[in-house]
Amino acid sequence: MAEQQGEIRFLTPPTVEVKQKKYCRFKKNGIKYIDYKDPEFLKKFLNEQGKILPRRITGTSLKFQRKLSVAIKRARHLALLPYVTDLLK
Amino acid sequence: MLNNYEAVFIMTPVLSEQQTKETVDKMKSVLTDGGAEIVHEENWGLKKLAYPVQHKNTGYYYLLQFKADPALILKFEVAMKRDEKVLRWLTVSLDKHALEYAERRIAKRNGQQAAAQEAAEPAQETAVETVENKEA
Repeated sequence: MAEQQGEIRFLTPPTVEVKQKKYCRFKKNGIKYIDYKDPEFLKKFLNEQGKILPRRITGTSLKFQRKLSVAIKRARHLALLPYVTDLLK
Repeated sequence: MLNNYEAVFIMTPVLSEQQTKETVDKMKSVLTDGGAEIVHEENWGLKKLAYPVQHKNTGYYYLLQFKADPALILKFEVAMKRDEKVLRWLTVSLDKHALEYAERRIAKRNGQQAAAQEAAEPAQETAVETVENKEA
């Protein structure tokens, strides 16, 4: 009996957050140029409405976030990506 | 002093194949007459637009990569603007990283074409062989 009480039991198991460190995928993979002609790749950095995801979510470094935003805006101009939409993915 | 540029333009979908070709040739002639050297060109064909442009939902995409004098770009853009067959265009200058990327892209595309040709050639060879066998 005493042994059973010693073990604390939860109704819902507590979630122990193991934070994975975010990293800049451009730096990690050595990508130096972000192509505006590849909308499928750029879609990884957009939310469902076609907005650019912030750096704090994707973990992209500032240098590449700037290049990324330029590439996305070029793709939008060429109608490769929408300016506004619903359910992009 | 020649700089590297890349231009993508979208033509209206109402054009016939002949007309699109003429428009592309016209744009290329604007560049070549101005002393530019066309490095690479790609026909992306008819693509769906992400949003309607001039009430059209599709367009013919074409890509040109060229070396040109910076002063020529203005003339090129004016030619684009004047041509009502062109819905949209974008001209960008290529820096060293972009150039490297473009070279890899060209090599990749050429590789694919070569692979496609190779795939076609063995079929011909086998055809020739079968003919030879028949003769034998």
